[in-house]
Amino acid sequence: MTAKPKLALYWAASCGGCEIAVLAIDEKILEVAAAFDIVLWPVAIDAKVHDIEKMADQSIDVCLFNGSIRNSEQEYMAQLLRRKSKILVAFGSCAHEGCIPGLANLAGREAIFDYVYRRSPSVDNPQGIVPQPEFEAPEGTLHIPVFYDTVKTLDQTVTVDYYVPGCPPEAENIYAIVKAVVAGLGGAPLPPAGTVLGKETTVCDECERTRNEKKIKAFKRTWEMIPNETDCLLEQGLVCCGLATRAGCGALCPKVNSPCIGCHGANAGVEDFGARMMTSLASVIDSNDPAEIRRIIQAGIPDPVGTFYRFSLPRSLLRRGALAGNGRGH
Amino acid sequence: MSDERFEPKIIAFLCNWCSYRAADLAGTARMKYQPNIRTIRVMCSGRVDPSFVLKAFSLGADGVMIAGCHPGECHYLEQNYKAMRRYEMLRHTLLAMGMEDHRLRLQWASAAEGNVLSAAINEMIEQVRALGPLNWPGLWSENGGHQAAIERLPHEHAEALEVSA
Repeated sequence: MTAKPKLALYWAASCGGCEIAVLAIDEKILEVAAAFDIVLWPVAIDAKVHDIEKMADQSIDVCLFNGSIRNSEQEYMAQLLRRKSKILVAFGSCAHEGCIPGLANLAGREAIFDYVYRRSPSVDNPQGIVPQPEFEAPEGTLHIPVFYDTVKTLDQTVTVDYYVPGCPPEAENIYAIVKAVVAGLGGAPLPPAGTVLGKETTVCDECERTRNEKKIKAFKRTWEMIPNETDCLLEQGLVCCGLATRAGCGALCPKVNSPCIGCHGANAGVEDFGARMMTSLASVIDSNDPAEIRRIIQAGIPDPVGTFYRFSLPRSLLRRGALAGNGRGH
Repeated sequence: MSDERFEPKIIAFLCNWCSYRAADLAGTARMKYQPNIRTIRVMCSGRVDPSFVLKAFSLGADGVMIAGCHPGECHYLEQNYKAMRRYEMLRHTLLAMGMEDHRLRLQWASAAEGNVLSAAINEMIEQVRALGPLNWPGLWSENGGHQAAIERLPHEHAEALEVSA
């Protein structure tokens, strides 16, 4: 019997949803287990990093890496798995675009530590202790990973072969990719490196709502109204990100009367998701008066970064907010 | 050197029909403005996608100016109104990201207003000079010994195995 191809799954700064998404392919997970020898999957099997370190370079056929990179240990694992893997896949929004952990890029290490370890109402820390990467204990020097100022995507850390979009990726897309990889290992052609393994159209194209001309006098937030179930949500005033977002979900959120929040990331050809949203929304504001335009934007979009870059701040052109932020901005 | 004056780099997107001609007029009329501006001619201020502005900042620009025909005078009827709305949207977002207000400016200047454009350029350069360098890409670099921490890990994994063995 020839050896089965080797598969690794790893998580860095992520919520675990991508792990659940892998299991959401249901009984087909048995086909994955039958097709691959799983060498690393911290959430499911007991394999040690040291064993991976001892493997020959390029001896893992495919690594599905989810999570963004926000500390030195995650960067080390990204480098290690890059070295050991023939194909490294940025799996899910965090690895692809930075996702929710990437919103921490609106602050830096000092500000985050200050809140989490000192100012948060649920914290009792009278000595104001914050984590130190190095600590002298009687038994010797202890180390914990260095926490970064800026959350990075996987491809800002190491070279990535493919991207799987979504927070989390859709089960049917995951299974299609697994099948394609198995076929590729058998000699079938694989897509060119750098490909985002998803559709090349927008959520609007999968949305069944009726679209007319868009003219908006006021943007509304979801708690302010119950939209009707037939017309375009953006035309009803909700900031719906479907027009900038890569398809693949079947317009799940608009289907249940909730606007798209952009979890599949920028559609093909879009360099900066937020820029696409800004330009689109600006076009449909129904006013030519600067003061009124400013009022519409400020009243309707109180959190522009969280609205336009909810899933993609680290991957955006600016990647992060200003550090310190003492009195700058609004 | 600390006593050297900071010379900001400002990218200016000038529309073909009004503002670029205003800059031309300023030149032929020998109106002087400071040389900190790098002009990029676009067909219309409405052509300036927010990503152009973000890209300029991400490549190290200290300020960005978008200049076009006065409202109501657009060669393409109403695209400068779109520029106006995009500017407001972009300004709102950049402020939320902690960027100072004067680093992005929308300026109307007709083909006859070389004086208006050159005055606006000079004013913006002074405002950005007072703010100091932006150096946005410099925000992405880490300092705090992360490289040493990365290199230490495989040794610690090996040591941990020795202890447990």
